Amino acid sequence: MGIFDKYQSLKTTRDELDALGIDPFSVKIDRIISPTEGIIHGRPTILAGTNNYLGLTFNPECIAAARTALENEGTGTTGSRMANGSYSGHRLLEQEIAAFYGKRDAIVFSTGYQANLGILAALAGPGDVVLLDADCHASLYDGCRLGGAEVIRFRHNNPEDLAKRMRRLGERAANTLILVEGIYSMLGDRAPLKEIIEVKREFGGYLLVDEAHSLGVLGETGQGLAEELGLLDEVDFVVGTFSKSLGGAGGFCVSDHPELDLIRYSSRPYIFTASPAPATIASTRQALRLLAAGKHLRKRLMANAEQLHAGLTSLGYTLGAPPSPVVAVVLDGKIEALQFWSNLLQHGVYVNLMLPPATPNGVSLIRCSVSAAHTPEQIDAVCAAFAELRELA
Amino acid sequence: MKYESILSQLCEELLILTKGRTTVGENTELVGDLALDSLQVMDLLLLMEDRFDISIPVSILPDVKTVRDLAIQVEKLVSNS
Repeated sequence: MGIFDKYQSLKTTRDELDALGIDPFSVKIDRIISPTEGIIHGRPTILAGTNNYLGLTFNPECIAAARTALENEGTGTTGSRMANGSYSGHRLLEQEIAAFYGKRDAIVFSTGYQANLGILAALAGPGDVVLLDADCHASLYDGCRLGGAEVIRFRHNNPEDLAKRMRRLGERAANTLILVEGIYSMLGDRAPLKEIIEVKREFGGYLLVDEAHSLGVLGETGQGLAEELGLLDEVDFVVGTFSKSLGGAGGFCVSDHPELDLIRYSSRPYIFTASPAPATIASTRQALRLLAAGKHLRKRLMANAEQLHAGLTSLGYTLGAPPSPVVAVVLDGKIEALQFWSNLLQHGVYVNLMLPPATPNGVSLIRCSVSAAHTPEQIDAVCAAFAELRELA
Repeated sequence: MKYESILSQLCEELLILTKGRTTVGENTELVGDLALDSLQVMDLLLLMEDRFDISIPVSILPDVKTVRDLAIQVEKLVSNS
């Protein structure tokens, strides 16, 4: 027995991909041109799978802010938030995110993944119970594992199933942490937040909403699903990422609970990692201002999402959810999906290939994510590529 | 509830899940023999929770390799409920 024996089945899968001549997990963008265009395999390619929802990665104000920070504060902090890695910008960003949400405080983490890891590892320890939606992101599962809480899943977007499981917990339900997402990353569907909150009201507990894919996308000021539904006051913890609509890297948690600040002292993913670079913090602060004032960007984003959704629907594709910036095309099997994804790339369209077990219900997905920066002509071009490949689906 | 009853009901669920492609017994491995992926194994827990009206933490999974392993875990949780 060797330590690599467990990789045998993975190697078999990798060999199968090699035999097909398709490697969807090692795509290299040779040159990035704009939020929606790049050169891949020497070919101009429309980027329709980058989660760059507001298209801010090339925003001149964000770039200028990052450049100034780079020149004034250096390339990195070389330390963790608990040691030498907290600059004034890190704390200002926390204050600005807290103010943006109208919450008491915020903590900034080095990545969105680490935000979930850091918050859950600290919030949900041995003896605590977490009830999470079955389709929650891997970072939420991993955070629960790191914390050591008792983790129980409930069926995706099913408040009755949540209530059934809360009921079984008896008195323990009052101390349960419920985890849902604003927009689910695979299918692009939204949590039934109002009904989830009704369950929380009945049984007690705390609610954490991961707005990673809904920040900047939903709500009057882009706070996410909770804002759109007027339910932000009912949410105990909002987590999110800077790496999607804000075009940077990093993550955060906001809350009204005064104990949030104490999490800094017990969260290993916060303590034992380097803090975000000053340039990242500076561009994120600028992007947050643009996001909050970006009603026009959200309008354009949703128009693009609806155009793509309508186009693919009219072509007869099965889509994972009603229109949202995540438009997932459901295909029959892995091989078909692999071939389809590869053909799309050859047609100059980059999207994400999602295969089981990363997908719900064992489906294979061609996952598109739309940007406010896409032009209607680019969306048309994406639809045209799907039309040409229709016979393979 | 007796172990045999739990085992029998677990095998029923697995036959449905695998669409009767293969035989299922105590020593059948969920991943090795039935080729269930991690998500399918977690979905199996949901089914067993509802069958026996119990809560099954996903943290039991590292200790579950065979059908027997899962039946034993369910038996423990049923007796504690």
